[in-house]
Amino acid sequence: MNTIAQYLTRTKGNKRLSLTDVITYMYLTLGTIVMFGPVIWLVLSSFKTTQQLVRFPPTILPYRQESVTVEGYDTPLDLYNVTMEDGTVRQLAQVRRVGIEAQMIDPANPEEIIRVNINQRQPIESVVFSLDNYITGVEQFNFWQYLWNSIVVTALATILTLIVNSMAAFALSKYQFRGRNAIFLVTISTLMIPLSVILIPVFLVVTEIGWNNNLIGVIVPGAATPTGVFLLRQYMLTIPDELLDSARIDGASEWRIYLQIILPLARPALAVLAIFSIMWRWNDFLWPLIVLRRSELFTLQVGLNSFQGELQTQWNLILAMTVLTLLPITAVFAFLQKYITTGIATTGMK
Amino acid sequence: MFYSRGCPVSRTTAPLGTSISSPATRPPNLIQFLFNGFVDVIDRLMAPLQNRLGVQRMAYIFVLPNLLIFGIFIILPMILNLSYAFTGSTELFPADRPFIGGDNFARLFECTNFLDPNTCREDVYWRAIYNSTAFVIVQVAFMVIMALISALALNRKIILRAFFRSVFFYPVLLSPVVVALIWKWILQQDGLLNAVIVSLGGTRVPFLLSADWARLWVILISVWAQMGFFTLILLAGLQAIPSELYEAASIDGASPWASFWKITLPLLTPTMTVVLVLALIRAVQVFDQVVPFTNGGPGTATTYMVQYIYNTGFTNQTREYGLAAAASVLMALILFTLTIVQLRVTRAGQNEA
Repeated sequence: MNTIAQYLTRTKGNKRLSLTDVITYMYLTLGTIVMFGPVIWLVLSSFKTTQQLVRFPPTILPYRQESVTVEGYDTPLDLYNVTMEDGTVRQLAQVRRVGIEAQMIDPANPEEIIRVNINQRQPIESVVFSLDNYITGVEQFNFWQYLWNSIVVTALATILTLIVNSMAAFALSKYQFRGRNAIFLVTISTLMIPLSVILIPVFLVVTEIGWNNNLIGVIVPGAATPTGVFLLRQYMLTIPDELLDSARIDGASEWRIYLQIILPLARPALAVLAIFSIMWRWNDFLWPLIVLRRSELFTLQVGLNSFQGELQTQWNLILAMTVLTLLPITAVFAFLQKYITTGIATTGMK
Repeated sequence: MFYSRGCPVSRTTAPLGTSISSPATRPPNLIQFLFNGFVDVIDRLMAPLQNRLGVQRMAYIFVLPNLLIFGIFIILPMILNLSYAFTGSTELFPADRPFIGGDNFARLFECTNFLDPNTCREDVYWRAIYNSTAFVIVQVAFMVIMALISALALNRKIILRAFFRSVFFYPVLLSPVVVALIWKWILQQDGLLNAVIVSLGGTRVPFLLSADWARLWVILISVWAQMGFFTLILLAGLQAIPSELYEAASIDGASPWASFWKITLPLLTPTMTVVLVLALIRAVQVFDQVVPFTNGGPGTATTYMVQYIYNTGFTNQTREYGLAAAASVLMALILFTLTIVQLRVTRAGQNEA
């Protein structure tokens, strides 16, 4: 106990916690509850039955009423703890409820019907993490189709982004050619222009090409990211030109230099861009919403939005599907957490 | 589309993580073998091209794919957008649209009293403008303050620092739809928050049915979802402040409070300004979270500028592309101004450093 306390209070080389430390830990704990609590609440709720979900006040854990199959009854009967008139408590199964009276039987002795006031019975519940919501949800929500669409869009878009951005960054960082500065400036100046500003004309262009209602229409338009070009160019500038020159003397073509020298050396920057791209594409909403009108082409985000629009009341299914939608990105974060945080810290600001 | 969340501002790039070993040190494997084969094929195919163009002009080949996508889906639409803004009718194809001059803009500005949206022809547009203005001011102020406090807390020598940092960042990863659904579930009539309020002796609040509450919660959930990003940027800024400065200050007998005002804040100003402008630019574009959360309602209480553009161009009965384009040109002007401010500020910050 003592060592734990010592460990917990050991900060800054001092022996004891200062007031600022206490306030810091209080803030961080509160912050953790606010930032992470809602997600935990979502996950816990997603295991509850519809009856549990409409209960007010809600329980924290997903409970499920226990039931028992009794001979002579087709459906399983709900189990209750009933306080009898003499004060003893018996476990009884409810056959039916008439007004304020409940007709109960003892599962061990199903012939005798016991009538009790409904206030005298307490449902017997146990914590059950049931996957029912997930199973029904996946059937109704067309989850696998949406998941597949999302994976296709995210994977192909990320690969395309990495290829075209790294090629452009290579040219912009390692060659002297006419128009280089113009191209770079135009790229940088569009950094801040959001899709929402040119929504209609991009839609027109995509429609004219015939990519409306097509996953390609979601993948290609956003592939030439200014962020990616800039990020990779800055990184490639740090690769010494002498490496390229000596490779050229050895007879390597420009393509070989790009593929076998530049790309391997730019791996850290490529990794950061890949993570960014995966995050952007997986969570993308506005553009797929406009391009994809047929439901079998929906990505998870668009699908989830229309699902919640259709099933205003079926929260049990919506919650389960929301959990499934956030699961993949959470897994990616858990594994690549260090790269994501350092990537943002170094590219967002030096 | 214009994915610009990790906005590059610096001119030099710091090392981005060095734990990935260079492929040269690895033993050759199947992937390496296939990759080498692939390189050979590309090499053969492209050799004639390089012979004709020469080494330096190969650069055009490398920029071409990016430039094509960029030109077709960004530059061309930017030009087309202007053509939409100055033409009328509900046709999508520009050639079918008659030129109507500044009529779309005039229509947006047709108001007897600009302070009262009810007197405007496009009343929803003006409501959206006022909603956006209020949103931008409150959201940015609140978020930057919270992000600064969080960054200061995370910058202290504390145990579980990496854990807390991840937790504060986690909501940034969630999609707008997921964020909206999580909070809708908590805020509904029988939701968790109302249960807490009732257990404390209050009465249930219809959070998403009352205009003022809905506006407040749109702000709160967007702060919740974005704060971690700005916290990380500010944290990086804080860590760049040399610790010798603080040591010297404490030797001179300065209180922690004085060091905060005299060292931390002045040295953090460039980072703060960048964060502020980035947050502003993002707040002007608020849309993604709002659609699944309130869909602009109740009424038009949470209809913001992008939603107006989206509704006018894509969901309303008559597709008023010209009107939507005019509204988006006006929004582009606002964003352009903010970007110029940011570039100025960044450059000033770099000259100082």
